[in-house]
Amino acid sequence: MPKIIKDGQVVDDSWVIINKDFSGDLPMAKVLLPMQYWLDNKDSLNLMCAGIWIDSDEDVDTIGLEANQFPLIAVNFPTFVDGRGFSIARLLKERYEFTGQLRAIGSAIRDQLFYLKRCGFDSFDLKEGIDLESAAASLNDFSVTYQTSADQPEPLFRRG
Amino acid sequence: MYVYNENDQKIIEERVAQFRGQTERYLAGELAEDEFLPLRLQNGLYIQRLAPMLRIAVPYGLLNSKQLRKLARIARTYDKGYCHITTRQNIQFNWPQLEEVPDILAELAEVQMHAVQTSGNCIRNTTTDQFAGVAQDELEDPRPWCEIIRQWSTFHPEFAFLPRKFKIAVCGTQGDRAAIQVHDIGLQIVRNDDGEIGFKVIVGGGLGRTPVIGSVIREFLPKEHLLTYLDAILRVYNRHGNRANKYKARIKILVRAWKPDVFAHEVEAEWDYIKETPASLTNEEINRVKSFFTAPDYQPIDDDNAEKELKKLSGEHLAFSKWLQRNITAHRVPGYAAVTLSLKPTGVAPGDITDQQLDAVADLADQYSLGEVRTTHNQNLVLADVKKSELFELWQKAKTGGFATPNIGTLTDMICCPGGDFCSLANAKSIPVAEALQRKFDDMDYVYDLGDLSLNISGCMNACGHHHVGNIGVLGVDKKGEEFYQIQLGGSADSDATLGKVLGPSFGREEMPEVIEKILNVYVENRKGDELFLDTYRRIGITPFKETVYAKDH
Ligand code: HEM
Ligand code: SF4
Repeated sequence: MPKIIKDGQVVDDSWVIINKDFSGDLPMAKVLLPMQYWLDNKDSLNLMCAGIWIDSDEDVDTIGLEANQFPLIAVNFPTFVDGRGFSIARLLKERYEFTGQLRAIGSAIRDQLFYLKRCGFDSFDLKEGIDLESAAASLNDFSVTYQTSADQPEPLFRRG
Repeated sequence: MYVYNENDQKIIEERVAQFRGQTERYLAGELAEDEFLPLRLQNGLYIQRLAPMLRIAVPYGLLNSKQLRKLARIARTYDKGYCHITTRQNIQFNWPQLEEVPDILAELAEVQMHAVQTSGNCIRNTTTDQFAGVAQDELEDPRPWCEIIRQWSTFHPEFAFLPRKFKIAVCGTQGDRAAIQVHDIGLQIVRNDDGEIGFKVIVGGGLGRTPVIGSVIREFLPKEHLLTYLDAILRVYNRHGNRANKYKARIKILVRAWKPDVFAHEVEAEWDYIKETPASLTNEEINRVKSFFTAPDYQPIDDDNAEKELKKLSGEHLAFSKWLQRNITAHRVPGYAAVTLSLKPTGVAPGDITDQQLDAVADLADQYSLGEVRTTHNQNLVLADVKKSELFELWQKAKTGGFATPNIGTLTDMICCPGGDFCSLANAKSIPVAEALQRKFDDMDYVYDLGDLSLNISGCMNACGHHHVGNIGVLGVDKKGEEFYQIQLGGSADSDATLGKVLGPSFGREEMPEVIEKILNVYVENRKGDELFLDTYRRIGITPFKETVYAKDH
C-alpha cells in the first residue's frame, strides 16, 4: 500500500486520486475527486467516502464553505515551485474553517514540509522515491516562527 | 540598531542547520539539481560564470563594526579578499566554494547575519534610505518598520514560492533616496490630516526587462495595519500572478494587466477579511522595535564653532573642501554630519571593497561614528554620526584607506552591475565601461562643474545596475555575439521617478567615452545657470543630444 506522511508519522494510505480527464465508473475505493468534477456532479453523486482535490490554478473560493463536508481535501502542487497551494491551504483552514484532513499531493518536496505544515497541511503524499522517514524530520526544521498562519493564530510578538 | 533576542538567534541558527543538511544531501546526490536550486537561491547562492556567488543580507543597509570585521574575515578566509556592495544594499562574495557556504553562514550567524531570502522567488531584503534616522527631511525613521517587515517576511510560510522575486523599500522622506517607486512595494511614511503616522502604499514598480514606475494603491494606511495589508497584497499576487512565463511574472505585470484600481480593489477585499485579526501590529511591538533605533547619546556641540573650524581647514586644504562639498550630508543634530565613503575610485569595480578596507571602515566606525555603518543603493558606505570637529581627522584616514574620493553624486560615482566579468546572464561587460569613463573624466574640476549627475550601467536588460533610472543609463546589448552599449537619457530614481529614453543605435565599447563626452557637451552648452543635467534634459528634450551624438562627420 502507498505510504504518506500523516501527523508526522509514515503511514499506509488507501485514498485513490481520480484524474481530471477521468471517465467511466468510479472505482470502489475512497476517492479524491477533482474539484470541478464534484461541482459538476454533486447532485447525482452519492458517495460516502469521497474527498476532493484542488489544482493550483483553481479558485478555492468556489468550494468555499462547502469544504467542510469532506473528510479530506488535497491540494495539488503541479511543480514544487508553484506556491499557490500555500494560499489555498490557508484559505481553506482560516477562511473556510475546514477541519478535515488537508493533504499536499503532486510535486511538493521535503524541504517545503515545514511551510506546508504551517499553512495547514497535515498529510503529505510526496513524490515516489523519497525516504519518508528521514523526510518527516523536516516538518520540524524550525522551532520558532514570527508570523501567524494556519497553525498559529498569534504572531510571535503577541505570544510574549 | 536592532539586536537579536533568543528567538531571532534561534531562527537563524536553525536555518544554518537546515541549509547544511540540504547542501550535504545535494552533494551526496540525494537532492536533485532542480530541487536544490530554489533552496540555495533562498540562501543567496547563485552559480555564476566562474564560481558560486553568495549574497548576504544587510537588512536595510545597517551594519556594525563587529559585522564588518566578520565580513572581512570571510572575504579573507573563503574568498579572494574582497566583496561587492549591491544596489539593494546587500553584500556579495564572488568566489566562495559551495561546500564551504554552510560554514560561512554559521560564521555570519555568530554576528546576527544571514543570507536568508537574498535571492529566489520570495520576499527579499527590505531596503531604505541610507540616511534613515539622521536625515533632516525625515518624517519618521523608517528602520523600525523595515525591521518589522524583516521579521514578518522571514520564512513567511505562504510566500516562499511566489511567481517571482519580491522587493520592498521604505522611505521616511518626501524626497526619495530609496527608489521606492521602482520596487514591487514602495512604502512612504506619511502623516494624515489628523496627524497620525501611516504609509502611502505604492505597488508594481520595478526595473528589469519591463521597467515600470509603481502605482499608488492607498494614500494612507494606518500603521498598525502594515503587516495585514502586506499579507493581502502578497496573497493576491501569489494567487493571481503569472506563473507560466517568468518574464511576465512580476507583480508589476499583474497590476498593469488588471489596472491599479482593480488591483487595489482586490487587495482591499482580501484585507477586509484579515485586518482585524491578531496579525495586526500592537503598540507594544512597534515600541519594542523602535526602542532599538532611539537617538544615540549625541553630545551638545556648538555648531557655529564647528562650522567655523571647518571653514578654516577648507581654506587650508583644497582637497578637504572638495570632500566636504561632495561626501558630507547634513545631519539632523547640530554639530554632526553624515559621511559617505566612496567605493568608486578609478580602477576599482564600483562597489568593490577589500578585506583590509572592511577592517579599516570598522575602525573608523568605532572611532568616529558610534560603531555603525550603512551600505547605500549607490554602492557606497555611510558613516552616519560623525562629529564635525572630527571630520578632518576622519578625512585623512579615509584617504589612506582609499575611500575619500570626493565624487559622491557626480558622474564618476557610477552604479554598475557585475556584468560580463562575473554574471552568466550578461550581454556585455559593464565594469570596464565604468573604468574607461572614470579614466576619461579624471579631471575633477570638470566633474564638479557638471554637478549632480547619475550614470548607471547594466550588463543586460535585467537592469541590476538601474540603468533605466540613471540620468544617463548604459545598457549592454548583444549584437550577433558582439558587445554593444545602448544609451538612455533622462532617468531618475528620486520622488519624480522617471524612466530614461533610448537615445538611438548602440555603440561599441571603445566609442563609449567619446559618446558620453558628446552628451555632456550638449548639456554644458545648453544649461542655464546652475541647472542640473536632468533639468536641462527635461527642458530641451532628447533631440539635441541625438543630433550631436549621431551627427555625420563632415
Ligand atoms: C551576478 C549575479 C546576478 C544575477 C544572476 C542577477 C539576476 C537578475 C535578474 C534575472 C534580474 C531581473 C529580474 C526581473 O526583472 O524579474 C535582476 C534584477 C535586479 N538585480 Fe540582479 N543579478 C545579479 C547580481 C546583482 C547585483 C550585483 C546587483 C546589485 C549591484 C543586483 C541588483 C538587482 C536589481 C536592483 C534588479 C532590478 C530591479 C528589479 O528587481 O526590478 N543584481 N537580477
Ligand atoms: S544586469 Fe544583467 S549582467 Fe548585470 S548583474 Fe544583472 S543579470 Fe548580470
